[in-house]
Amino acid sequence: MKRIIQLTINDKEYEVAVEPNQTLTDMLRYELGLTGTKKGCEVGDCGSCTVIMDGIPVNSCLVLAMQANGRKITTIEGLETEKGMHPIQKAFVEKGAIQCGFCTPGMILSSKSLLDKNPNPTEEEIRAGISGNLCRCTGYQKIVDAVKSVGK
Amino acid sequence: MREFNIVGKHVPRNDARAKATGTAIYTDDIKLPGMLHGRILRSPLPHARILRIDTSKAAALPGVRCVITGEDTPKIKYGNWRLFPDTQDEYPLAIDKVRFIGDEVAAVAAVDLDTAEEALSLIEVEYEELPAVFDVESAIAQGAPVLHDYCPSNISVNRKIQYGDLEKAFAEADYVREDTFTVHAVSHAYLEPCSSVAQADLDGRITLWTSTQTPYITQCLLASTMNMRENDIRVIKPFVGGGFGGKMELRTWEFCAAFMAKKTGRPVKFTLSREEEFLAGRRRHPMKLTSKVGFKKDGTLTGKDLRIHLDGGAYNAMGPTATFLCGNFGAMLYRYPSYRFFGEHVYTNKPPASAMRGFGAPQSIFATETQMNIAAEELGIDPIELRLKNAQVSGDKIPDVATISTCGFKESLEKVAEMCNWKEKRAQYKTGGGKGIGIGCYSFISGGVFNWFNTQYPFSAAEVRAFDDGTVHLLTMAADIGQGCDTVVKQILAEELGLKMEDIRITSADTSMTPQADLGAWGSRLTLMNGNAVIDAARKIKEQIFGMVSVRFNLNVIHEMECKDGKVFPKGRPQRSMTFGEAVAMAQKANRGEPLVARGYYTPRDKGMVTPAFSFGAQVAEVEVDKETGIVQVKKFWTAHDCGTVINPKAVEGQLEGAIQMGLGYTLSEQFIMDGGKTLNTTFLDYKMPNAMDMPPSETAHIDTYEPEGPMGAKEAGEGLAIPTAPAIAAAVHHATGYRCKDLPITPEKILNATKSL
Repeated sequence: MKRIIQLTINDKEYEVAVEPNQTLTDMLRYELGLTGTKKGCEVGDCGSCTVIMDGIPVNSCLVLAMQANGRKITTIEGLETEKGMHPIQKAFVEKGAIQCGFCTPGMILSSKSLLDKNPNPTEEEIRAGISGNLCRCTGYQKIVDAVKSVGK
Repeated sequence: MREFNIVGKHVPRNDARAKATGTAIYTDDIKLPGMLHGRILRSPLPHARILRIDTSKAAALPGVRCVITGEDTPKIKYGNWRLFPDTQDEYPLAIDKVRFIGDEVAAVAAVDLDTAEEALSLIEVEYEELPAVFDVESAIAQGAPVLHDYCPSNISVNRKIQYGDLEKAFAEADYVREDTFTVHAVSHAYLEPCSSVAQADLDGRITLWTSTQTPYITQCLLASTMNMRENDIRVIKPFVGGGFGGKMELRTWEFCAAFMAKKTGRPVKFTLSREEEFLAGRRRHPMKLTSKVGFKKDGTLTGKDLRIHLDGGAYNAMGPTATFLCGNFGAMLYRYPSYRFFGEHVYTNKPPASAMRGFGAPQSIFATETQMNIAAEELGIDPIELRLKNAQVSGDKIPDVATISTCGFKESLEKVAEMCNWKEKRAQYKTGGGKGIGIGCYSFISGGVFNWFNTQYPFSAAEVRAFDDGTVHLLTMAADIGQGCDTVVKQILAEELGLKMEDIRITSADTSMTPQADLGAWGSRLTLMNGNAVIDAARKIKEQIFGMVSVRFNLNVIHEMECKDGKVFPKGRPQRSMTFGEAVAMAQKANRGEPLVARGYYTPRDKGMVTPAFSFGAQVAEVEVDKETGIVQVKKFWTAHDCGTVINPKAVEGQLEGAIQMGLGYTLSEQFIMDGGKTLNTTFLDYKMPNAMDMPPSETAHIDTYEPEGPMGAKEAGEGLAIPTAPAIAAAVHHATGYRCKDLPITPEKILNATKSL
């Protein structure tokens, strides 16, 4: 049986009818069309589905949509404003931190969470901050460079 | 060396903004009205005869729209080696037999995924289990179970190469050694699981959106397995989340999506789970390599005899190419006056191995390089000195196989030695002292020459449409799978036509819109092959507009023309210029309004058997090994490499950094744990690829060469860099511990066993 949940996504109020077994990832992707949230493993290992929930980065594949009831969610689509891309997005573009791009939304959101808490992270802190996000293309170096450039 | 405006400069990728903002559409992001969701039933047994399949209960489940088994299909085999139809050994869905755990048996399409999943559990399959083989030795033993009736030996492909007098070579050698190496399977582990969406139009024509490296190959093989005409299949590649060789064949779910879309009249989507990817996905070939080499006392190589068995798994997949290439790579890097290769590709009841970044080279060059390091030690010659003594140079010929046009190998060796303070560190760290430094080298192909797909089209093609507003539209079938070829070919075109990146619109990898053909993203081929096709098209455009400038300014015929900074002008009289758009407008006017369009092509000709151009490089790894735990920590990598002209520096660096991640995993942490043909580690938690904290720092130098066959001097930079890391780490571990790894991966257990600390 579907239930109605209410939540805020990217500063917009939503009312969604969700199945009890539906994950937050699937709700975002398939019900709301917010396909920037990627699905790489569905068991919380790869970090591609990272979103920010009440200020904390979570693997949205491990959160049931119903558990997001009443919460405030930020997805990758919520970072760009009328002023343009978020500085972290700009840095990823500029520093060559993106190849296939599949891990990128999750990486950017994990980086944002890190920088929100710790505006000037060391390289080690950056690496720890994104260690839950796997990337197979970049070797992480340019991602670390991008985050570092925003931190300064 | 040429001066460039856009080539070699930092140009952000075309697609970076779309990917950074979450607007880039990958296949699973596509949702079409009325779309059905597909799931695949896989074999739970490694080898069995299918006695009976009953799909009636599944088909009766509410919400299920279509269930198919092999019996419902046209039963046409496929495989990438169309040139040799005997090697095409796979059906989209099993007919009569299954050959590995995960082999595809049936497919369901339903209104949602949950229903499709439930329907799978309602399909009844009765199997007669057959004896199975899980390694090469058992598979080629007398009386071994046969996987494919056409191939009673289980050896599906072999390749021989021979030149020089090998007996004489070993007789004349002062030092001969033979070693056997084994290397294991690893996963491509691209982050985007495979996904396909198919739609049939009212005439039955198919459009397939699919996560692929090879839209053209998929189009052709889908057409043949569906018993349709090629032109009735349109393959579109949306954004692809990595491939590394794992997405370059026709796959069951592509066939099933198309076949079921046609059958139901509704779009059908299949997306694999990560568990399916690990359980049944393609992987890098495990191999057993026996190599015998001879040297003179002074370190001069006299010959090499290389024998390889490839553990191919249940189907050929890209195994024939890997077999072919292993032989070529075995003869690379050093000058072997005589050489013999014999490689055999063997069927086993495991998930098929196929192409994976390096395509036979990580395996065969691991053997080459490790043996070189052993020989250096035993001959008492520094490993870099021994390599310099034998290194291939520009102009070297490998009989009947290839000519090396440009080669920056010696320069790479010298440079990397300088970067890492090789001599000091080799002397400073004592063998077995816990710290070590080691070297591994590579050479790789810039695309393949051998036409195994038997294409009737040029290997690569490009169309350029020029407009009187000063913009152009580039159309190419080349597949950007994350490596960045859309950006690279745009840079090449912008450079050739003197335009800016933003003046170029690109449409790529749509088989019905882009010119026939392009063989796809594999073998590190696109920069060279598609780049050359783009230049060919651009030059044809220039031929047409240059005449306009001559007429407009009444120029003497001796003038050479140029396109630069959005203008067209005679080189010697730059003040007599017109804009690119004006020149296009005039050309159109002179030709009754016909649009200015040109097509360019590239097919390598007279380039031997392997490739038009080879890359080279050398990498040094420094490690620390904990004597108590046997844990290897790589402290730093230094790499010097020759990829010809660097078109996009950040893209090349990104290839190197990513290759190191893959090489590090291959060497130290990634492996499939198999039991009776079953892959046990099917999550990223259990399949350990390096994360951001596992990555050591790295320093790089590019060796300047200009490859005459490459576009603006460029060669490959994608796959070769994945090769040297394993032998470099293995050599450093030997230096640090005395343990010589001939059996990848290097695990703490192996180190502790060898150093008697366990």
